Amino acid sequence: MADKVLMKGNEAIAEAAIIAGCRHYFGYPITPQTEIAAYMAKRMPKIGGCFLQAESEIAAINMVYGVASCGLRVMTSSSSPGISLKGEGLSYLAGADLPSLVVNVQRGGPGLGGIQPSQSDYFQATKGGAHGDFHMIVLAPASVQEMADLTVHGFDLADKYRMTSMILADGTMGQMMEPVSLDLNVKPMPEKPWATTGTKLERFHNITNSLSLVPEELEELNFKRYQRYAEIEKNEVMYEEYMMEDAEICIAAFGIASRVAKNAIVEARAQGIKVGLIRPITLWPFPKAPFLKATEKVHTFISVELSMGQMIEDVRLATECRRPVTLVNRAGGMIPSPEQILEAIKNAHKNGGAN
Amino acid sequence: MPKLTFKTDNCKGCGLCVDACPKGVLAIAKEKINKRGHHPVEAVKEDACIGCTFCATMCPDCIIKIEK
Amino acid sequence: MVVFDKPHALADLPMHYCPGCTHGIIHRLVAECLDELGIEGQTIGIAPVGCSVLAYNYFNCDMIEAAHGRAPAIATGVKRADPDNHIVFTYQGDGDLASIGMAETVHAAARNENITVIFVNNAIYGMTGGQMAPTSLPGQVTQTSPYGRDTNHCGFPIKVCEMLSELDGPEYLERVAVNNVKNVKAAKKAIKKAFENQINKKGFSLIEVVSSCPTNWGMTPQKALEWVEEKMIPYYPLGVYKDRTAGIVKGADK
Repeated sequence: MADKVLMKGNEAIAEAAIIAGCRHYFGYPITPQTEIAAYMAKRMPKIGGCFLQAESEIAAINMVYGVASCGLRVMTSSSSPGISLKGEGLSYLAGADLPSLVVNVQRGGPGLGGIQPSQSDYFQATKGGAHGDFHMIVLAPASVQEMADLTVHGFDLADKYRMTSMILADGTMGQMMEPVSLDLNVKPMPEKPWATTGTKLERFHNITNSLSLVPEELEELNFKRYQRYAEIEKNEVMYEEYMMEDAEICIAAFGIASRVAKNAIVEARAQGIKVGLIRPITLWPFPKAPFLKATEKVHTFISVELSMGQMIEDVRLATECRRPVTLVNRAGGMIPSPEQILEAIKNAHKNGGAN
Repeated sequence: MPKLTFKTDNCKGCGLCVDACPKGVLAIAKEKINKRGHHPVEAVKEDACIGCTFCATMCPDCIIKIEK
Repeated sequence: MVVFDKPHALADLPMHYCPGCTHGIIHRLVAECLDELGIEGQTIGIAPVGCSVLAYNYFNCDMIEAAHGRAPAIATGVKRADPDNHIVFTYQGDGDLASIGMAETVHAAARNENITVIFVNNAIYGMTGGQMAPTSLPGQVTQTSPYGRDTNHCGFPIKVCEMLSELDGPEYLERVAVNNVKNVKAAKKAIKKAFENQINKKGFSLIEVVSSCPTNWGMTPQKALEWVEEKMIPYYPLGVYKDRTAGIVKGADK
């Protein structure tokens, strides 16, 4: 076992990215993720990397586009309003099939919103987040260790499937400190013969492009991209089940919400209520199968979210509306309490799914 | 004497080369139509060409090759 | 002996530009510079959104198509990916560079990003059919200024070279034109210098090329070049606006 170090979630992402071979970071300051930029600003010059503070989130994501075109690992990070600005670039990255890693340490919205934790960018992250048909791989860490692990995994997946991986964290995950092992599993980077690094006059020119003016061809590109997405949905789903063996009530929660939910589950179990948790780690692809399977024993699902209820729609779809799905939520930077969740568990237990 | 070669099919008949030529060597061939549907340029007084390359310098479609 | 032919770096393809459009001349000048400096194999060009959106097909070097206005940010990424080996140029029109992409332009210049920017100023949005550009002249009739650009209503054109020359960052700023043989030759010299600056790691070079748009100006190609001489150049005077190495800084008072 490697030694563990005490790190902030944001710093763990930054160090893990460096371990994954990322040598280019571009970003713009925004709370509550600025520690990532600050960490990169300190580390990159020491290891021959490049940290550059961009003039805007739009510029930052396009600098990412430039480095990604050259076949190198590259990342940017921001928080909710900044991710909206990056939306244009995310769509172009998808259209040009470029790999990149983007971190969203979410805060409450809409608009300028607040600076406290939130999960209200779930729709934006999992349903595309900008114009056109596309997906990002969305990874939701629930510990500082996972902030590091999923950063490395995110780079691997991005390269494997030539698309953007997004770490969808929240202000709490970014700011909290926990011991973390940096003995991370980095896979070798695949060959990138498509990279625009100069022809050396030895090959036909490579073009990084998202423009396709012939509708038949653009349709074909979309179909091919979605074949790749189907492969990801088949192979890359990640989730954690907690006390689900005999559960009659299932909580769905990710990130910080899942940690609060675990407290409530322990308390409910002490009171004799059979409740468990399915924690999606990949929000896209969403772990549909375990939720559908759970409908065999579970009479009620409870979606616990730091939003007005966004993941709940995917839980309903995954369970094919076979069981009621209720919502426990806080919004605008607030976090549901274990008591609030316990109350919902008790209600579900009392009703037994009859509502 | 300089030799002029035209990629006639890429000519759009804009005539910028005609105006650039100090010796009146070139003209738009009003009676001809190329593959793209334009009246292409042609050399009507090739003997007068001095190989100054002004025509090619002003050609937006890079259709003129000049040899001396 | 061949005294004039298509440069190697320019693809052997018919270009989609309108008859008499000077984009083709400017493409050729860039390609000639890549040939003469022997840098085609290490060059990555960034195409804009606008009439020259398909420029990525016309250069034989590696090419990247940018989102509208973002070419300097992408160029920054490409340059930083391998600063010693990558030669990077952006090719941008006036709407792309001076309107939607102004922030990217100014900040790349302020950082003295070691890239070459080819800025084609033809005072109009061509691809979308002739709307008012940030560089459209006062009084200029366009689809979105049908009564002539009213400076009381929508302000004044942006003089990019003058504006950027006030920054400490950029190495080299020159405005050229392609309306006659003499000016085309001067434009070539400026573009070549802009690439040489990059090779010599001197930093940000921007060449503004005053250009024409016969179709959307509603003129013959010949008349359009006359309009460049008579209307555009007086408003956008040609010359070197900044050359740090040569100690030239010409401000907006010129």
